Amino acid sequence: MAPRLALDAIRRQYGPVIALDGASLTVLPGEVHALLGENGAGKSTLMKIAFGLEQPDAGVIAIDGAKTILGSPRDAMQRGLGMVQQHFALVDAMTVAENVALGRCGPLNMRQTTTLVRTISAATGLTIDAGAYVRDLTIGAQQRVEIIKALARETRTLILDEPTAVLAPQEASELLAWIRRFADGGGTVVLIAHKLREVLSVADRVTVLRRGRTILTAKAAEVTELLLAEAMLGTASPTSDHAAARTPTILDAAPSSLTDAVVTLTNVSARDESGAERLRDVCLTVHAGAIVGIAAVEGAGQRELLRIIAGRLTPFSGTVNAPTGVGFVPEDRHRDAVVLDATLVENVALRGAGARRGVMPWNRIRRETEALLVVRDVRASSASVPIRTLSGGNQQKLVIGRELASSPAVLVVENPTRGLDIRATAEVHAALRAARDAGTAVIVYSSDLDEVMGLADRLVVVTAGRVRAVTGDRDVVGRAMLTVDS
Amino acid sequence: MTRGLRLCAEPIVAGVLSIAMLALLLAASGYPVGESLSALWRGAFGSWSVLASGTLVRATPLLFAGLAVAVAFRAGILNIGAEGQLLMGASAATAVAISLPATAGLAGLLLALGAGVVAGGVWASIAGLLRQRFGVLEVISTIMLNVVAVNITGLLVRGPLQEPTHTFPQSAMIDTALRLPRLVSGTRLHAGVALAVVCALALAWFFRSTAPGFRLRMTGANPRAAASAGGIDVAGVSLMAFVASGSMAGLGGAVEVMGVTYALYENMSPGYGFTAIAVALLARLNPASAIGSALVFGALEAGASAMQRDAQVPAGMVGVVEACVILVLVASEWVGARVGRTRSLNWGGPPDAKPAAPDSPAPADAHHTTVALLSQNPSPGTKTGTKTGTKTGKII
Repeated sequence: MAPRLALDAIRRQYGPVIALDGASLTVLPGEVHALLGENGAGKSTLMKIAFGLEQPDAGVIAIDGAKTILGSPRDAMQRGLGMVQQHFALVDAMTVAENVALGRCGPLNMRQTTTLVRTISAATGLTIDAGAYVRDLTIGAQQRVEIIKALARETRTLILDEPTAVLAPQEASELLAWIRRFADGGGTVVLIAHKLREVLSVADRVTVLRRGRTILTAKAAEVTELLLAEAMLGTASPTSDHAAARTPTILDAAPSSLTDAVVTLTNVSARDESGAERLRDVCLTVHAGAIVGIAAVEGAGQRELLRIIAGRLTPFSGTVNAPTGVGFVPEDRHRDAVVLDATLVENVALRGAGARRGVMPWNRIRRETEALLVVRDVRASSASVPIRTLSGGNQQKLVIGRELASSPAVLVVENPTRGLDIRATAEVHAALRAARDAGTAVIVYSSDLDEVMGLADRLVVVTAGRVRAVTGDRDVVGRAMLTVDS
Repeated sequence: MTRGLRLCAEPIVAGVLSIAMLALLLAASGYPVGESLSALWRGAFGSWSVLASGTLVRATPLLFAGLAVAVAFRAGILNIGAEGQLLMGASAATAVAISLPATAGLAGLLLALGAGVVAGGVWASIAGLLRQRFGVLEVISTIMLNVVAVNITGLLVRGPLQEPTHTFPQSAMIDTALRLPRLVSGTRLHAGVALAVVCALALAWFFRSTAPGFRLRMTGANPRAAASAGGIDVAGVSLMAFVASGSMAGLGGAVEVMGVTYALYENMSPGYGFTAIAVALLARLNPASAIGSALVFGALEAGASAMQRDAQVPAGMVGVVEACVILVLVASEWVGARVGRTRSLNWGGPPDAKPAAPDSPAPADAHHTTVALLSQNPSPGTKTGTKTGTKTGKII
């Protein structure tokens, strides 16, 4: 029997970053195939290629045994593929039926579309009101709309990118049950997932990616959570400079006068911008002169945790005891950290601008900026050029320098080296360590676990809105992130 | 000093460009080009008296309203409502001035101007609150509020503020003792011109040198970074910018009443608030160079009425040219951005800020703002044209 979808030796490179390095995936008709891997292992990229959203640099794609080129999602849809991405592509101001109609070809016939939605809904058990406006639906219901939209195009193979990440536990188990029924009825599902237990409960076969390569493909019945976790995490690459295999220790155990608590969170719960609860009853203590690494999979609540410590988000319950003027280096530099059209001087002046009074002391700020350029080794022709003209690494070094210039008691950094080259990465790491040595409490989150392990003196893992301290090597931490008990 | 030169050069280039375009348009329409242009020149710069009474007087409300637009755009607010804010300022100033005794003198004048400032600010804050409470786009609300303001003015000059004989749709004349003093006797040049220039220079200083001005610019350029990295109260700053913008336009309306018309008329503004958008854009939102661009548009409009009178060329033709100049300017920004050249918009940065390096990679966001604005609203320029065309004769 020809595989429904076969991806062979797929390569994809983004600039210097190799996202896929000869990854392969074979999906048989009628199976639920789980695709696993750490953050950045290449799962989403591989599936975007399978759905025609991205083009591979090399490799072969075959559908039902026939070699094919998927130039666009339209090509993929014509071959019966459908994909539900993490961020839904729905129009809020339209009804469910209208959204489904948007995804179809041919003349618009709303009555027919409404009937179609009802038919699919009844046949699949995906309950939805065809006339409801999407903006009024819960996340889970919006996901059902996405699936129905795909099914309305006669999709026989569904690719679901972390579908349960956004769902409440009850909704998640309903979705998994539906996925099983869909496959039993002859459909095929590729499921990108983080949670191993849930994967093993529904999948027929499993493929694990690591660093853009296929590490393992096996029947779900023949593997254990532990085996999968090991396959996903592997051993740290010895060439990676920050993955020096050192084991972080817990400093709480030995409090001394040098390690005063500077941040204390007690029973903190918080919601994200859309109102979903992301943190629940979190307790955390951070001490001066230490780097706390935060390990978490995407969406576990670390984003909110970092912003609460940085004073950029107010929790809805619990107490936060943190100093004012916490330095913050957010992951989206261009959106949240700098004003691209403003000069370096103005960007340095931005910190604390909210509380400044009277006349801007431009001469003093200019001197401070010029000093920063020297101290932080920022390559710029002058302090008066727009920050847009600097490379990403130099922008980031200036941002870190700015945030540290007032010697804050606490510095919070989020994915500090995303998109930077090796040299700039090393410089950023050196700056963070120097800040730690100068007595600053540094809190680092990176989606790259090796980076977190390499920097941290102490590690905490955030899973599903809860925080706990972890000691041990990469495997232990990796399993804790994936909620596999060791 | 190259930056200063360039800032002066832009209005001059625009002036030359518009004359060339006008010549083409005149030729195409069969009017005598030389005669018409010479009438235009004489009407704008021909003598000290037309320069003072025509061009400079005409440029004054354009400068006030242009500054209003510049403040708003710098803060990332697309205030298209300078026209309405100007009319509300004029109405409030008139109401105060005609209710005061002649003995109030200078204090009365200041009170009237202050009333204009407050009324313009309040009128703009309506759009500001609508945006913050209900997410109403200010582009829409300010345009709509223009219509409301025009009709409120119409109501006032037929009702509460109508002149004593209740014959004409206009207010009573403001007492001579309360009027803005003439700067040069024998001309219509009034002290409001100086006030406008002072406001422009003060605003330039405010943007460049003060903390609130810095907050306003940063909020306009990237509100998320302003809030996250700067701890700036973005909502507060933007409401303040609405009010400041409206106040500036309101002051322009008050000065027009107290210095030129001496009474409130329904059609007292021939679209100053719309031409102001062109004034601000030509000045690249820089308050100091708005002085130059207001002068260019003031001269064009003053010259247009002379051209209509002496060469029988419809003044509306100048409006068409004004609109074309803006399109050319915006297009050149857009083209510049496309070919990867960052033309420094001079965000009023610290002194001696240099323009961007020639190889800077990406377009400036501010360019997108102006481009987006004009592509959404191609009408303001054109509208200005027709309005000035039909009503110029009444005013000057």
